Amino acid sequence: MPLHEEHKKRKGRNFTLAAILGGLVFLFFMVTLVKLGVI
Amino acid sequence: MDITSENRDLNDYYLPTAGDYFSLLKPRVMLLVIFTAFIGLLVAPGEIHPILGFTALLCIGVAAGASGCLNMWYEADLDAKMKRTAGRPIPAGKIDPDSALHFGVGLAVASVLVMGLLVNVVAAVLLTVTILFYVVVYTMWLKRRTTQNIVIGGASGAFPPMVAWAAVTGDVSLESITLFIIIFIWTPPHFWALSLYACKDYANAGIPMLPVVRGERTTKNHIMLYTLAMVPMTLLPWYFGFAGLIYGATAALLGGMFIWLAYALLTDKKLVDEDNASAKKLFYFSIFYLFALFAVLGIENLIGRVL
Repeated sequence: MPLHEEHKKRKGRNFTLAAILGGLVFLFFMVTLVKLGVI
Repeated sequence: MDITSENRDLNDYYLPTAGDYFSLLKPRVMLLVIFTAFIGLLVAPGEIHPILGFTALLCIGVAAGASGCLNMWYEADLDAKMKRTAGRPIPAGKIDPDSALHFGVGLAVASVLVMGLLVNVVAAVLLTVTILFYVVVYTMWLKRRTTQNIVIGGASGAFPPMVAWAAVTGDVSLESITLFIIIFIWTPPHFWALSLYACKDYANAGIPMLPVVRGERTTKNHIMLYTLAMVPMTLLPWYFGFAGLIYGATAALLGGMFIWLAYALLTDKKLVDEDNASAKKLFYFSIFYLFALFAVLGIENLIGRVL
């Protein structure tokens, strides 16, 4: 596999993972607010 | 120095993309699971905060995906032999089996833990049963051993609305069991219609699906019998009073169409190998049928809440 293609794929994977982890952090934050009765 | 072989190894190397991992989750099955679970969440009595409801659906979807992933990991050898499944990430060589196993187990554990910690324990326990039923009972135990594989294994696909119901109420009730029964009894005619027109594929892979072992005639008879048993079951939500007349009428109408298509398949003199039309028609209708049935249940419930 050409190097530029590998970089492109790695970038795509890293961004997807970052988005999922960011989403989970946000979800846990929101659930915490719900459990505290803030929202 | 063997530059040629080094270059070849480098060129043969394939780095799986996020999309390859996503396709391990059987996205179309996941969609149907999330949809039926969403309806379960909607019709369950009581209130759940939308964020917790979303979390419950996310856990159910991820658990379904994890189950699909572990199924693909275990069945990679069978998938490689079947035209319909040969392009899946493991047999296609895009993802190695160990990575798929780690991915599936990781997602399964995470979904159950999040459900237990953020929603409730009953839903988490039911979610665990769902995953184990699909992976261990269906995939590992029944699928390669008996023609009744999808009859018993179908229970795993029937759990999601029950899990969602438990996420709202914290328990299992007659109503949620009714939703379970509808999907449970819908699964055999749905899969037998598929296995009729994919019979050669299943036979090549050595999977003892009903048409492979008992033949086309017996399978058609079974489809008819299960359809006749299924239609009255779909009227139970109306009978028990957690669905209204619109649902009851829709269930009767769609049930009549299901019976008609099953009868058309039963009386179709052509062998399925010659003409797949009636089996395919029933298979695709069965997907629409379940979507429509649950959609009407949900919409009617929403209307009832608004009015």
